[in-house]
Amino acid sequence: MNRLLKTRELWLALAILAVLVLVTIRFPRFAQPGNLLTIFNDTSILMMLALGQMAVILTRSIDLSMASNLALTGMIVAMANAAFPMIPIPLLIAASVAIGAGLGAFNGVLVWKLDIPPIVVTLGTLTIYRGLVFVISGGAWVNAAQMSPDFIQLQRGAFLGLPILSWFAIVVAVLVYVLMTRTPQGRAFYAIGVNPTASVYTGINVGRTKFWAFVLSGAISGLCGYLWISRYVIASVEVASGYELTIIAACVIGGVSIAGGIGTVAGALLGALFLGVVNNALPVIGVSPFWQMAISGAAILIAVVLNARGETRKGRVILKRAEA
Amino acid sequence: MTDTTHTRHLPDRLDNPVRAAVMSWESLLVLVAVAIFVANSFASPYFLNAWSLSDLTFNFTEKAIIALAMALVIITGEIDLSVASIIALASTLMGLALQFGADTPMLVAVGVAVGIACGAFNGFLVTGLKLPSIVVTIGTMSLFRGIAYIILGDQSFKGYPASFSWFGQGYVWWVISFELVLFLVAAVIFYVLLHHTNFGRRVFAIGNNATAAQFSGVRVDRIKFVLFCLTGLMSGIAAVLLTARLGSTRPSIAQGFELEVITMVVLGGVSILGGAGSVIGVVLAALIMGLVTFGLGLLNVPGIVMSIFIGALLIVVIALPILFKMWKQRTA
Repeated sequence: MNRLLKTRELWLALAILAVLVLVTIRFPRFAQPGNLLTIFNDTSILMMLALGQMAVILTRSIDLSMASNLALTGMIVAMANAAFPMIPIPLLIAASVAIGAGLGAFNGVLVWKLDIPPIVVTLGTLTIYRGLVFVISGGAWVNAAQMSPDFIQLQRGAFLGLPILSWFAIVVAVLVYVLMTRTPQGRAFYAIGVNPTASVYTGINVGRTKFWAFVLSGAISGLCGYLWISRYVIASVEVASGYELTIIAACVIGGVSIAGGIGTVAGALLGALFLGVVNNALPVIGVSPFWQMAISGAAILIAVVLNARGETRKGRVILKRAEA
Repeated sequence: MTDTTHTRHLPDRLDNPVRAAVMSWESLLVLVAVAIFVANSFASPYFLNAWSLSDLTFNFTEKAIIALAMALVIITGEIDLSVASIIALASTLMGLALQFGADTPMLVAVGVAVGIACGAFNGFLVTGLKLPSIVVTIGTMSLFRGIAYIILGDQSFKGYPASFSWFGQGYVWWVISFELVLFLVAAVIFYVLLHHTNFGRRVFAIGNNATAAQFSGVRVDRIKFVLFCLTGLMSGIAAVLLTARLGSTRPSIAQGFELEVITMVVLGGVSILGGAGSVIGVVLAALIMGLVTFGLGLLNVPGIVMSIFIGALLIVVIALPILFKMWKQRTA
């Protein structure tokens, strides 16, 4: 119990609960199950992206190109759908994952083979990918009328009462959780973040591990490209512009250490959810949307200040059982 | 460039000082700049005249002014992502001061003061509370611009006095703009500060090994705090220039500047890991980015496509020496 009280995830969950309760006292309809599901659905894309970013940040890297990757992949599948409506949607989804993974692999190769700092690589590809959106689309939009009904409707369908979009988030979260906690690859992400030198001696290829983290974040960005476009039914150059920092913010609020090696799937999910709940609550309690940015900025700062204390205990013990 | 240990070099034998100078990062940048300049003059007949070249400087001076200070911050191993938001907030508060009847000197004072205050806030969070600067400034980036949005909403402030516009549109001599002169003066000051003072040596020392610097008597936190104030100050100055040039304030002003400023700094040979870099490199990189965007502009290439060239330039220029080294090792 004592250990549970010290986990950051619990405090974050309580903070989210507190926001929900406070808003609900004033507006009882806010906490209705239907509305809560809507909030979850609204936040699904951010949750998935935060998980991808977490994998990268764990390895002491950073991926600034996620939002541009999302926009580029989204534009490609949207144009493909507009031009060839007969392509089945599952195939397009698979393609978006593959394209995103390819773009991520490009980042990964530059980090792995040329040893360029990730922040520089992804700063470059951030602008390159975003520019390519313009090049392939000629600056034109793909709008709802050009997309096939299936393309738009798929994620709006429901399964067991939850929208398909939410299911995407749940499946991705489970997959990443399994990857992080049950596979050697997941352990490698943590290991090279905690101590790259020691990892080399235990036989982990640091460069290749970073490469796979970028492939993962790229694949998730690609998937979210399709989901974003079909949700907001417009593909343009501006899609998710500036969103890369929101994704990192979700990770930071969720307790993922920017110095690498520390972070959990639950934390990243809750971090994203916290931003989602706050953003949904603001209009309800009558705060103008112009406050939104300042409030999330303040939330990030408060989260880091709280984080800083937690991180004094160094690293995350990977083999808990062995220690106990 | 007497102090070769602090600048970045192409991989080669550096025991010969002449050879070291030729093989320096700055030489590579000069080469790139000349190549782009020549390409531009062939590509467009409108490029090679005084007014064109003068217009070109407006493309990069505001960002380059911030890049000078950002270079020092990055050399110490920190980063400031909030500079564009500082511009937005400073510009907004200048607009607010205007509504209360402030005149030109007062407007400039407000812009500069807001810049320094924002920088000091960042500096306090980084050094006082020992937080990582990348996270702090992601937070203040939202916070500062958020405050601008709270004040302005979807409105804009207009009606700046003519004497104020001079800062962004005026010429000191014939075609030499005030912005350019200010940038060059600032570049000289930063050059001396970084490469010829104890302060500059301490900046490098912190970047190479902050703990060792601390133990050898460098007040690491105080210097970092000063540097964040300095980026804040330069952002405040950039806010004055940009607001004066555009003649209006919107909360979305200078969106995305922070990444361009960092691109300039990194392209200029400053190591993102800290400890290495030169002011000359940053000035050259700023010039290169100005040349690229202006040249492509003359060819009617849309702004968003220019970003492909800037991004590719960043990666290629950084990758070149590494590939060169790998190729040499393979053939050796």
